[in-house]
Amino acid sequence: MFAALARRLAGMLIVMFIVATMVFFLTRLAPGDPAALMLGEQASLADVAELRKTYGLDQPVIVQYALWLKELLRGNLGQSIFLQRPVIVAIAERAEPTFFLALLSILVATAIGVPAGIASAVWRGRASDQAVSGGAMLAASIPSFWLGLIFIQFFAVRLGWFPVAGYGPPGASFAERLYHLMLPASVLGIVNSALITRFTRASMLDVLNEDYVRTARAKGLSEARVILRHGLGNALVPIITVVGLTAALLVGGAIVTETVFGLPGIGNLVVSAVLRRDYPVIQGALIVIAGIYVLINFSIDVMYTLVDPRVKY
Amino acid sequence: MSAMTARSPVRLFLQRLFRRKLVLVAVIILLVIVLLAILAPWISPYSPTGMRVSQRLRPPSLTNWFGTDEFGRDVLTRIIYGGRASLGIGVAVVMCTMLAGTVLGLIAGYFRALDAVIMRLVDAMMSLPDILLAIFLVAVLGASAGNVVLALSIVYTPRVTRVVRSSTLVVRELPFVEAARALGVSTWRIMTMHILLNVASPILVQATFIFAYAVLAEAGLSFLGAGVPPDIPTWGTMIAAGQQYADRAVWLVLFPGLAIVFAALSLQLLGDGLRDMLDPKLRKAL
Amino acid sequence: MMETSVQERPLLDIRGLEVTFRTEGGDVVPVRGVDLRVEAGKTTALVGESGSGKSVTSLAIMGLLPRPYGRVSKGVAEFRRRSGAVVDLASAGQGVVRALRGNEIAMIFQEPMTSLNPVMTVGEQIAEQVRLHMALAPQAAMRHAVEMLSLVEIPDAARRAGDYPHQMSGGMRQRVMIALAMSCNPRLLIADEPTTALDVTIQAQILDLIERLRKEHSMGVLFITHNLAVVAEIADTVTVMYAGEVVEKANVRDIFHNSRHPYTAALVDCLPERARRDSNGRRIVAAIPGSVTSAAEATGCRFAPRCQRAVEACEAGSPELLVAGTGHEVRCFRWSEA
Repeated sequence: MFAALARRLAGMLIVMFIVATMVFFLTRLAPGDPAALMLGEQASLADVAELRKTYGLDQPVIVQYALWLKELLRGNLGQSIFLQRPVIVAIAERAEPTFFLALLSILVATAIGVPAGIASAVWRGRASDQAVSGGAMLAASIPSFWLGLIFIQFFAVRLGWFPVAGYGPPGASFAERLYHLMLPASVLGIVNSALITRFTRASMLDVLNEDYVRTARAKGLSEARVILRHGLGNALVPIITVVGLTAALLVGGAIVTETVFGLPGIGNLVVSAVLRRDYPVIQGALIVIAGIYVLINFSIDVMYTLVDPRVKY
Repeated sequence: MSAMTARSPVRLFLQRLFRRKLVLVAVIILLVIVLLAILAPWISPYSPTGMRVSQRLRPPSLTNWFGTDEFGRDVLTRIIYGGRASLGIGVAVVMCTMLAGTVLGLIAGYFRALDAVIMRLVDAMMSLPDILLAIFLVAVLGASAGNVVLALSIVYTPRVTRVVRSSTLVVRELPFVEAARALGVSTWRIMTMHILLNVASPILVQATFIFAYAVLAEAGLSFLGAGVPPDIPTWGTMIAAGQQYADRAVWLVLFPGLAIVFAALSLQLLGDGLRDMLDPKLRKAL
Repeated sequence: MMETSVQERPLLDIRGLEVTFRTEGGDVVPVRGVDLRVEAGKTTALVGESGSGKSVTSLAIMGLLPRPYGRVSKGVAEFRRRSGAVVDLASAGQGVVRALRGNEIAMIFQEPMTSLNPVMTVGEQIAEQVRLHMALAPQAAMRHAVEMLSLVEIPDAARRAGDYPHQMSGGMRQRVMIALAMSCNPRLLIADEPTTALDVTIQAQILDLIERLRKEHSMGVLFITHNLAVVAEIADTVTVMYAGEVVEKANVRDIFHNSRHPYTAALVDCLPERARRDSNGRRIVAAIPGSVTSAAEATGCRFAPRCQRAVEACEAGSPELLVAGTGHEVRCFRWSEA
């Protein structure tokens, strides 16, 4: 078991290494001199050269790459050009809204997707099944930023149920901050529920046709228990997978949603970094987010062993 | 008789595809949207750039069905023109991903040595959320319609690569490939032909979905200001521009968004219908 | 005295059972006019080729026809409960039948490899049913489950109760299925081809086990099989089905030595023991020519197309079940000529 997990871990590190390499070299393709960008248009040539030297930008690219990797291994993602602080600090400062937004959204998406998928599988081929499948497809076709704008207009501006934007005033209580996340989390949850719905439906359909479900019925168990204990119990592995995958995808969706709702999260950080060409921040954010994705995938694998006794590493 | 056989495969295909009424509806909607985009100059009620300051921010009416924007331009006209850019970018992305994905997939499936390298790259790219990778690429390349196509093509190519590679791996083990090798026929040529025939249907399915994703992603990028420049009307740039007037003129946001929803929904419904029809394994689950 | 009352009222009495499946191409009737009896403490074998409707019949008894497509469209299936009350399984509500399932009527299936839930230990799976029907506390239910596993001769039952199905062999799993079925001391056990998927040596052990439990618990057994060799070993009475209909009912001796229906006779002839030897001394196993007519398209006797004795009357009308002797019924116009 440990050998296999170690192999997975090694695979993760390779993926991370490739992401890091990709990010580094792609950034070098960008037009413009980072040093010049940092100092602004009025800077003298001497100042620019000076800065190039401090950041090692006068070295050959391959040396810069090696240096960068070395710093990366020590957890140093570099220095933000505009924020005057290390990238890792900038990201850490913005992590809270993103984390809770993702968490709430995944709860919303699961709360919609799993019951809808189960109902759809149980009543396969009937009107409710078609409604659920159509609804899932619709949810996957809605741009999250647009739904956010519409929700803001309706629920916040017209009805006044939720704050229009932001994360509460400085020093706002945790409850108040969560309240600010309700609307964005609903948007992100709805848009991302589709995959969970479809996967739940498909795996429940598979499972409900299994012989052991017939056995469960032959035992005289109630239909609810047959479906939830014996059906869902066996469909958990694919459902956990898709919930995990959705969680990883949410991080991407969060970028756009945060912008719409003016949440001071990592997404907002990335978007402003892109608009200001703050490359170290973009690079850092990409690596952190890829790391989260890889970690989630790894956790899914570990969770399999807990849910399905047949999975042995 | 020969006319019958020539016609029936297409008819059979369409009959089976449209057995689900929803797929038929989706195809009709898609055709309408595409035709509107193509025929834009001839059927649009107004000019997409014609500003009439006196007509600013007018709500939907009989003269301007979808209202007017902050410069008094007709929203319906701009949506029709916006479809040209949005759908055009989608089509371009689909073509690029099909080409690149097929080539990479064939190489990965055929050459064991390159397989590991290509698939690691695919894994790495798929570990980044679509929109984030796209933003990063556009930031590096510079914001323009062409670069949006390039960025989205890079983002979605791994999906196609995976499909083609797995099909290649299956086909290379088939007995007739062995036989062809024994006969001295160029296996590469035979395999390529056969694999292409084999992957045609999964690729077709992928193409419709990638089309839908590309339309959604373009809108997202343009909305964030990391996509098509704001002066070109696309559904995404229209929403971005309308955002600040949303409380007074919600139609500026509502209608371009609905256009995206309709386009993406009908594409995904079509893709779903194709998949159900072409994949016998999934058909039983219906 | 016990004996007489058993004679008077069978444990399970099915009369005129018809099952209808709704499909895209219209209604299909896989089973019609099925008469079937199981006496307490006795084994009735239900015999037929695949597709003859024997499994559908058993699912109809259990109330497990695939919903919403399948339903019992005619007939009664009277089951005598422990209390002595008689309930018609065909017309009783879902709740009534569910309370009997796993409790007074239990079933074991053909595929031991897939019939157990892979994510629950076998002990839990038995205890779940015990808790439901016998209202035992979780720990008592688990103790009962372990007892059941020892009853079916699983060595080291207390430890094996904590095993998952994938840790067991096919024969072991079928023993678990039997333990599960026996756990609430059912009056009727329906065994649907319980040995077909197993190795020959294991088959004999499982048959012996079912026989032993039937005797010890004076339980009625409905044994569904296509294998006449098995029938000879365990059955008291035999019901033969063909294309969704019962074609012959008799005690086991009459079936093998005095069969009146040409299909039964042909089946018996197909047994390897009955094989003739050709001029080179090789054994020729007989086969029935043709294949089963689909239930939907038959107008006359369903076996007529494959019957060597068929006459014009056989194509024209469908025969009823006719009495051919004590406890012997046959669906053939020409039974007396056999």
